Amino acid sequence: MSEEGMRRVTAIQNGTVIDHVPSGSALKVLGMLGLLDSRSTPISLVMNVPSKKLDRKDVMKVEDRELTQEELDRLAIIAPNASVAIIRDYRVAEKRSVVLGSELTNLARCSFSNCITTNTREPLPHRILVHSNNPLELRCAYCGKTQSVDDIVNNLI
Amino acid sequence: MSGLITVDDLTNEEIISILDDAERMLPIARGEIHAPILAGKVLANLFFEPSTRTRMSFETAMKRLGGSVLNLGDVANSSVVKGETLFDTMQMMDGYADIAVIRHPRQGAARYSSNAVNIPVINAGDGAGHHPTQTLLDLFTIRSCHRTLEGLNVALVGDLRYGRTVHSLSEALARFGCTLTFISPSSLSMPEEIISDLRNSGVSILETEDLHGSIENLDVIYMTRIQKERFPDEDEYQKVAGVFRLNRSDLSSAKKNMIIMHPLPRVDEISPDVDSTVHAKYFEQAFYGVVARMSLLCRLLGVEISGMVSE
Repeated sequence: MSEEGMRRVTAIQNGTVIDHVPSGSALKVLGMLGLLDSRSTPISLVMNVPSKKLDRKDVMKVEDRELTQEELDRLAIIAPNASVAIIRDYRVAEKRSVVLGSELTNLARCSFSNCITTNTREPLPHRILVHSNNPLELRCAYCGKTQSVDDIVNNLI
Repeated sequence: MSGLITVDDLTNEEIISILDDAERMLPIARGEIHAPILAGKVLANLFFEPSTRTRMSFETAMKRLGGSVLNLGDVANSSVVKGETLFDTMQMMDGYADIAVIRHPRQGAARYSSNAVNIPVINAGDGAGHHPTQTLLDLFTIRSCHRTLEGLNVALVGDLRYGRTVHSLSEALARFGCTLTFISPSSLSMPEEIISDLRNSGVSILETEDLHGSIENLDVIYMTRIQKERFPDEDEYQKVAGVFRLNRSDLSSAKKNMIIMHPLPRVDEISPDVDSTVHAKYFEQAFYGVVARMSLLCRLLGVEISGMVSE
């Protein structure tokens, strides 16, 4: 993280720092991680801070929680260039990056009202396929309807 | 091949091979040759919404080849009304049948079903999604009339948004280098995912609302039914239905070998006076559904037809 970003929030003892999130996307990222409704996890956010890489960026620090690689990979559709540091005892213990795979399983329901998966009793996993990376295009694996990032965020499981 | 959910599940070579086999099976479909090559095999016909041609042609195809057919019957009398999931219904079919055909009002139901079972699943229409076996018989009809699938000028007319047959067909025609003209009211235009895929594949597409000005350059006009329930009121429907209707008098500028197709049933979009023209191929097209499906069933069940059918 840049010195500029560091100065805005205090260092955390243990947890996860997510840097290089596109400016204005921090709340979506928290939504993807299921942290928006959390009342027990301390979270620090800085938004729209200057960045050499992105011009402006968001940075977040999640205390006392080490995000798994699977959780981090969920971020790839919002923050494909995010860099992640796992912090232990105030030191960077691990550096991780997010990877966009070919499929997102049980992350979100399909947004299409007539998709077979709208029957909540159907037991097979919800599957969103990465149809193309650049530009990013996501589609339901069953009905084939395109899903926007907002659709995903609004239909998180 | 483990099933057929969309045309994307088939390569061009596989499509051609299925059509070639279908052509060789014409005498069986006409009842001229007895060839029980699917004897002992069971097809589950799972129609969760109404169908006439598709359900009956699958049944005829299977029976002409000596196989048996299980029908789900009226959904109102099945376990579906008791709340059974599609997953559970399909689990039963895995034990009862060698192959399943499914039509369902929900989009994605066929892909979902194929993920739930080990037997091959054939999509016979999922909501406004895909209908790939209709595409096979459509391609068979076009090839029978034009002796090629390549480089034709094809117009798809009517309800292109909700009409699933045109979704699968346009993707297939694009792969054979056809030029596509989409003629529909703006409210019923082709879905953006399909337009996007077609443009990415480099196909030439023209979108217009003018049917009658396009006829003279076309090799194929593929008409579809515009459903009243897609419109807010009767007047709006009547206005559109009148514009997207073919009459015999509209065909004076058409090429002699231009063909008119329709997945049927038709309502008002093709006048009965077109039926007796050389262009009308829709009833022939419906018959070809039997051979196209015979050929597909054999392929998915791993049954070779060479040697069983006279060349």
